[in-house]
Amino acid sequence: MKAWRFFLPLAIFLAFLGVAAWQLTQPKDEFVHSAFIGKPMPQFAMRAAAADRPGLALADLKDGKPKLLNIWASWCVPCAAEAPQLAALKAQGAPIVGVAIRDRPEDVAAFLSRYGNPFDRIGADDLSQLQLAIGSSGVPETFVVDGNGVIRYQHIGDIRASQVPMILEKLREAGQ
Amino acid sequence: MKRLIVLFLALVTLCVTLPVTAQDTMPPAPYAYRQLDDPALEARAQGLMETLRCLKCQSQSIADSDAPMAGDMRHQVRTRIAAGEDPEHIRQWMMDRYGDYVSYAPQVSRTTWPLFAGPLILLAIAALLMWRRFGRRG
Repeated sequence: MKAWRFFLPLAIFLAFLGVAAWQLTQPKDEFVHSAFIGKPMPQFAMRAAAADRPGLALADLKDGKPKLLNIWASWCVPCAAEAPQLAALKAQGAPIVGVAIRDRPEDVAAFLSRYGNPFDRIGADDLSQLQLAIGSSGVPETFVVDGNGVIRYQHIGDIRASQVPMILEKLREAGQ
Repeated sequence: MKRLIVLFLALVTLCVTLPVTAQDTMPPAPYAYRQLDDPALEARAQGLMETLRCLKCQSQSIADSDAPMAGDMRHQVRTRIAAGEDPEHIRQWMMDRYGDYVSYAPQVSRTTWPLFAGPLILLAIAALLMWRRFGRRG
């Protein structure tokens, strides 16, 4: 019997071991990414989540101007950490609309008075219906929606200070 | 002694129930914990819910999870099945939004086909080897 045929099973086993070892050293992506990027926002109309801002509907997103759609909740801790970055985005001219997930008006009001209100509109998503319809899997998440209501980008988790320019760039790209 | 045990149990339950932070205070969705009245429809919903992944707690199905988002997904599954929608249509709707990852039901796709083809190829090789060893003699 030829020597190479004798060693073939061992070589296959070592190759398998190599692939497994390589895979183990790769960082794991824990995020569930939306498969809805590039698709139009679904039909929806939500009541106002706060007394001093109107609710949110599909027509509000299709006014020709790209926007940030921030999915958040008053009970969500990273959302509080994200507030300064949303304020910075707002200060640099980014229109932001909010979707409050499973939230009470009084809790929303308390959160906004404490951390600031960067939102032009805030819709209340009491049964996570819009969230499920656009493939969002948690709070906070920020979607870039262009002027025709098409989703162009999804940011998962809170926006860090270092990511603000990148988000502004994505918003600018959506306006082209 | 009995009183001590009661006190101890009370303390333990207190420890377990107190730290519920970063969760909403809204009541669960109407059909998050309520079964459909028609047992046949509920069975269809249950079958689907056991094979959809909870997105908050990624190793559980939405039927297993108490996460509010899983409750909202169960509500959506039950109301849509009650409205006459096919379970596989709802699964596809979820997969259109979250990818294959959301479904626990194995499916042959561009990335998973080796899992299905592999055992067949190994069986074929084994059969070939056996035939070469023993088949021709008989």
